[in-house]
Amino acid sequence: MKDLIGLEHLSGAQIEHILETARPMKSLFTRSIKKVPVLRGKTVALVFFEASTRTRSSFELAAKRLSADTLNLAMSTSSVTKGESLLDTMKTFEAMKVDFMVLRHSSSGATELVGRDTKAHVINAGDGSHEHPTQGLLDIFTILEKKKRVDGLNVVIVGDILHSRVARSNFWGLAKLGAHITVCGPATLIPKGIEDVFGRKVRVCYKMEEALKDADVINVLRLQRERQEGDFFPSLREYTELYGLNSERLRLAKPDCLVLHPGPMNRGIEISSEVADGPRSMILEQVTNGIAIRMAVLYLFSGPNGFPANISAAKKGKKSLLEIGN
Amino acid sequence: MTARRKVLTQAQVGTAIKKLAEKIYEQMKKPGNEWALVGIQRRGVPLAERLEKSLEELGASPLSVGTLDITFYRDDMGEAPLNPVVQDTNVPFDVNGKTILLVDDVLYTGRTIRCALDELMDFGRPNQVLLAVLVDRGLRELPIHADFAGESVSTNEQERVEVHLEEVDGEDAVWLNQSEKSEGRSAK
Repeated sequence: MKDLIGLEHLSGAQIEHILETARPMKSLFTRSIKKVPVLRGKTVALVFFEASTRTRSSFELAAKRLSADTLNLAMSTSSVTKGESLLDTMKTFEAMKVDFMVLRHSSSGATELVGRDTKAHVINAGDGSHEHPTQGLLDIFTILEKKKRVDGLNVVIVGDILHSRVARSNFWGLAKLGAHITVCGPATLIPKGIEDVFGRKVRVCYKMEEALKDADVINVLRLQRERQEGDFFPSLREYTELYGLNSERLRLAKPDCLVLHPGPMNRGIEISSEVADGPRSMILEQVTNGIAIRMAVLYLFSGPNGFPANISAAKKGKKSLLEIGN
Repeated sequence: MTARRKVLTQAQVGTAIKKLAEKIYEQMKKPGNEWALVGIQRRGVPLAERLEKSLEELGASPLSVGTLDITFYRDDMGEAPLNPVVQDTNVPFDVNGKTILLVDDVLYTGRTIRCALDELMDFGRPNQVLLAVLVDRGLRELPIHADFAGESVSTNEQERVEVHLEEVDGEDAVWLNQSEKSEGRSAK
C-alpha cells in the first residue's frame, strides 16, 4: 500500500499494527536525544491547502524526529483552482524528488486523486469532510493506552458529524477494532443513513443525556464555525445548551470516562473549561500521541513497497498489543 | 532443501552461558565503573537476563538490564525489506559513566552492533562499552569484536546460525542451517 488515504481502506490488523508501532516511537520522547536516523535522506513535503497549525507542526516534528528533511508549503486556497492545478502542483513536487507528500485539501478525495498520479507516498492530513486518518489513529491510540482495549468500549462522538472528517476516520477505525459507537448532535448535523454505513451499526442519539449513559470515551468534535453557514442550528447558545460537554453532563458517563477533543477548542461552546482542564481530559495527551502516530505512519509507509498488506505473516507468533492489553 | 545441524544442545547452551558469565565476572570483579547489561532484541534480551542471573549467582550484586531494538538505526533502510515489527527499547537507567555490556545471540557482520552502539550513545556517554555474544560466527564486515564469546563457530556466508532460546523459541539450542541459495547479508 503506497498511500494512506483513510482508515476505511485499512484492515483491523493494519490499524492495530500502526498503533503498536507508535508505542516505541512514543518511548523516544523520553530520551534526551529524541531523534533516530531511520528516515535519513528522505524528504517529506507538507502541502497544506487549508490552514492548520497543529497537524502541520505535528507531521513536521514527526518527520524531523525520524531524521527526514521537511519542505513546508502553505498554499492559499484562493490562488489555486481545483483539479488540474492541484495535480500540476503535485507533479512539481514529484519532480523535486520528494518521498512523501503530506496533503491537506478542502476537497474530499483530493489525496486519492493525487496518490494515483504520483510515485511519492501520499499521506492524507485531512481532505474535505472525507477522512483525517492520523487523527483517527491518534484518538484510538490514546483510548488504547488508557483503557488497554478498544473492543467493546462505548465511544460517544458528539457534534457536527456531517462536516467532520475526524468523525469519519474515528468511525472506520473504531468499528474495525470492535468498539460500540454512538453519535450525538443536532439532527441537521448527522448524515442520513449513517447507521448502516459502517460495518458495525452506529447508534444515533439526539439527546446528550441519553448518549452519555455508560460511555467509556467521549470524543467532542470542534464546532467548525467556518462550515456553519447553512443554518444547521439556531444559535451557538442553543448548541451549547443542548450539546456542550460540561461537568454535570460528564457525570452521566462512566466514572473513568475519557474526554477527547481534536482541537483547537472553542472553550465554553462545545466543551466547558472545567472539563477541558479536568482529570479526564486527554486533550494534551492526544497532541503528544499525534507525533508518535505520525512517526509510525511515515516509518511504516517508507519501505520500497509501502505499508505491508499482510503484516500477520511478518509478525509470526508475536502477541498483538490488543491481545496483551498493554 | 536445507540441511540443518545442531551445533549446541540444550545442556551445551547452558554451559556456554555459565562459562560466559564466569569470564565476564572475572573482569567485573576488578575495581572500576558500575556495570549494567543491555540486551539487543530479540534473543539478546533473554540472554542478558540469564547472564545477569548467573552473575548474581557468582557473587555480583544485582545489575540493571536494558533492551535495545536497533531497527531505527539500521544502515540498509530502503534496500532491505522494512522490519515491520519494532520491539521495545528500554534503558531504564543512566548510562553515563557506566560500563555497559551489550549482549546479543550471534556476532556476524558486526552491523547490528554498530547500530546498537549508535543507539546507545543517544542515551548518554558510557565510560566503556563491552560486547558479549553466545556465538561468534566470524565473517565481520566492520572492525568490531566480541569481548566475551560463549562459543566460536566457523561458518561460510551461505550458512545461517540460529540461536534458539527457551523464552522465545521454546527450546535451548544452536542450529546451523545450510541454505540452498545465498541470503543477502543484512544488519543481522
